[in-house]
Amino acid sequence: MFLKLDDVEFSLGQWRLQVSLCLEQGQCLALIGPSGAGKSTLLSLIAGFETPSRGSIRINGDTVNQLDPASRPVTMMFQENNLFNHLSLYDNIALGCHPGLKLNSSDKDRIHIAMTATELTAIATRLPADVSGGERQRAALARCLVQHRPLLLLDEPFASLDPRLRHQMHALVDSLRKANELTVIVVTHLPTEISPLAGTTAFMHDGRLLEYGPTAELLAKPQHAELTRYLKFTQAHYTPDF
Amino acid sequence: MDQALASRGRTVNVRSAQTGVWALLPGALSLAVLLTLMGGALAAIFSVAPPIRPMAILQDPYIGKVVRWQAILSATLSVGLALPVARALARRDQFPGRTLLVTFLGLPVVMPVIVAVLGLVAVYGKSGLINTWVAYLGGEITLPLYGLTGILMAHVFFNLPLAVRLLLPAWQTIPEESWKLASSLGLSSRLLLRLIEWPAVSPFLPGVCLIVFLLCFTSFAVVLTLGGGPASTTIEVAIYQSLRYDFDPAQAAMLALIQFVLCTSIALILIKWIPVLANSSGRRIDARHRPDLKNPIGRTVDITLILTTACFLFIPVLAVFTQGIRGPITSVISNPDLWWAVLRSLLIALGATATACGLALGLALSARFLRFSLRMHRVSEILILMGSLSLAIPAMIIGTGLFIVLLQAGALDRGTLLVICAVNALMILPYLIRSIAPTLMRSAQQYDQLCAQLGLRGWPRFRVVDWPAIRRPIGFSLGLGGALSFGDMGVAALFDTQGDTTLPVLLFHQMGAYRFDEASVTAVILMLLSVSLFWLIDRSIGR
Repeated sequence: MFLKLDDVEFSLGQWRLQVSLCLEQGQCLALIGPSGAGKSTLLSLIAGFETPSRGSIRINGDTVNQLDPASRPVTMMFQENNLFNHLSLYDNIALGCHPGLKLNSSDKDRIHIAMTATELTAIATRLPADVSGGERQRAALARCLVQHRPLLLLDEPFASLDPRLRHQMHALVDSLRKANELTVIVVTHLPTEISPLAGTTAFMHDGRLLEYGPTAELLAKPQHAELTRYLKFTQAHYTPDF
Repeated sequence: MDQALASRGRTVNVRSAQTGVWALLPGALSLAVLLTLMGGALAAIFSVAPPIRPMAILQDPYIGKVVRWQAILSATLSVGLALPVARALARRDQFPGRTLLVTFLGLPVVMPVIVAVLGLVAVYGKSGLINTWVAYLGGEITLPLYGLTGILMAHVFFNLPLAVRLLLPAWQTIPEESWKLASSLGLSSRLLLRLIEWPAVSPFLPGVCLIVFLLCFTSFAVVLTLGGGPASTTIEVAIYQSLRYDFDPAQAAMLALIQFVLCTSIALILIKWIPVLANSSGRRIDARHRPDLKNPIGRTVDITLILTTACFLFIPVLAVFTQGIRGPITSVISNPDLWWAVLRSLLIALGATATACGLALGLALSARFLRFSLRMHRVSEILILMGSLSLAIPAMIIGTGLFIVLLQAGALDRGTLLVICAVNALMILPYLIRSIAPTLMRSAQQYDQLCAQLGLRGWPRFRVVDWPAIRRPIGFSLGLGGALSFGDMGVAALFDTQGDTTLPVLLFHQMGAYRFDEASVTAVILMLLSVSLFWLIDRSIGR
């Protein structure tokens, strides 16, 4: 098992998150649920931005509870602020190789490969403010690639993009996942849109994983009333082909 | 839940934060320096001063006179005149040169006080411009520049522009829709003032009045040069006279203590209004839809007010320049005393800015760590507040305390420059910390998780993420601080017993000896060097 969350608990005041979860290497999981369900908190726990009060988080067999975010084999993309606004796209990506931007030739090769894969070579010297939203997110994705970390967490990073760009980004993530054997967890409010990328979906509600299973099955036959209600209010008309 | 997390700001793993407990060290060191300097100064004052009774202070006719006449009159005049000028500037937001004028309203804030005083003498003095013009026309005017009139003029010169700049944001809080509504209702200018402008401006007034009052109440160089007797003195000047002329440290300490109690009380009252003044809407003033914009009387009044203010502010500065350029330049610049004074002032300015920069960075970085990594919001705020403590304790109080410390240690002849440097650093610190702390906090809010994920911490994080964000505000504030320290005459005058004369004190000596032609040249050199210093620091750090 590549990622194993064993009875992980986290509390904030009266609110409590309690989750157990297993993922195989190369698997892509879509995390859905209403706002406040604890999806982003779960990603923060895996990434190391929050510390669980109980339970263990194991990645590739190692317990990572005690590790800080930079030491975990995890990389995360946020909804916004994925890039430093004062640095060029190239430097932003290069930070994934060395935090002091001291790059050797192998680092430069890695950056070049990542930039080619995300089609950013032509705009490498531009600042984030001078490129489109999609290009910014591609740069963040390129940095995730140069970091060479096997677990990619996506906390709605494409939510602000238009449907066409979102589709392109999902396709890009999927191809990169396959090429680099990445395990991906993606938080989304558009489960049908993400279904071609994510073979498995988990539904979270009030800090708990209520349903977990193959995406198509879970969306077609929800077992819990909460999921039925959630899906009723979620757009379910867009099924792109990758 | 996610909202709950968001509302407390992005946080990083506490465990990882604990490993970075070294991040508290800079703040602890800065705090130690601050407390040693300010605490040491206050302790020295307490140890020497006779016991004081608060009620006796309030009932003291001397204090009453100082507060009642000089400071209250100065503050009332400055704010009272600033109100119509600010309204005129807000109403005429399109006239050519408005931005430049508003920028130049900041000039008196950075201008060395002693230079401005010389400028006022050059215009309103016995042999000044006005008297020369009037005499040319065959008349004569005698303006009693030395005394309360001169002090009031000088205080209005410094504080009217400041009050205008502090009041202008009040008009930014008025939404464009209010003007459109007023237009559709056909409201007159008087009704606009009553129904729209006054409700927006009045919350700003108490804060502006208190700030200006505090500045006039603690005024030193103006009162020292234009004072003309005890009727219009300030406690700061009384402290100076106790130490310099009577050499009575106990009397000086008692006055410093009174000043401390009064200033702290005013500062405590002021805290309530600071958020109002700092709370800018960020909107641009948009007066296009004001119904009274085309009123010819209003337009004439506004233009007259703006032009009069511009003349009142710029003519003294121009007068200093023209007199300086026509003065005995060769003899002044060939005097080695001038260059020694320049060197001392330069050392003070650079030392003060470097010290203040170190203290501010230490406090701000540790405060950020406390807030975002240890989630200790209150402690973080207190740490930032400690950096602004010197706003409530005027330079003269700290200077007096340190003077007593040096006197008791028998080191008055050795530590002078160091003490002037330290006091100036404390005076710059509040402006510096207010300019960099919010930027560092914003940077943490935006990038903490990203930095944690990329392993960016310590020096690499400072170099790659923090420094690019703060270099502009820090460059500007340090430039400003450098210029202010270079032109500061307060504490430097207090320590002017050991021959360590600074450039502003040299200018004061020249004015005191009625060598106004030399003083004008020195003033121009002082002004040019202040501006160059500001430009150099701002350019080298901020760009």
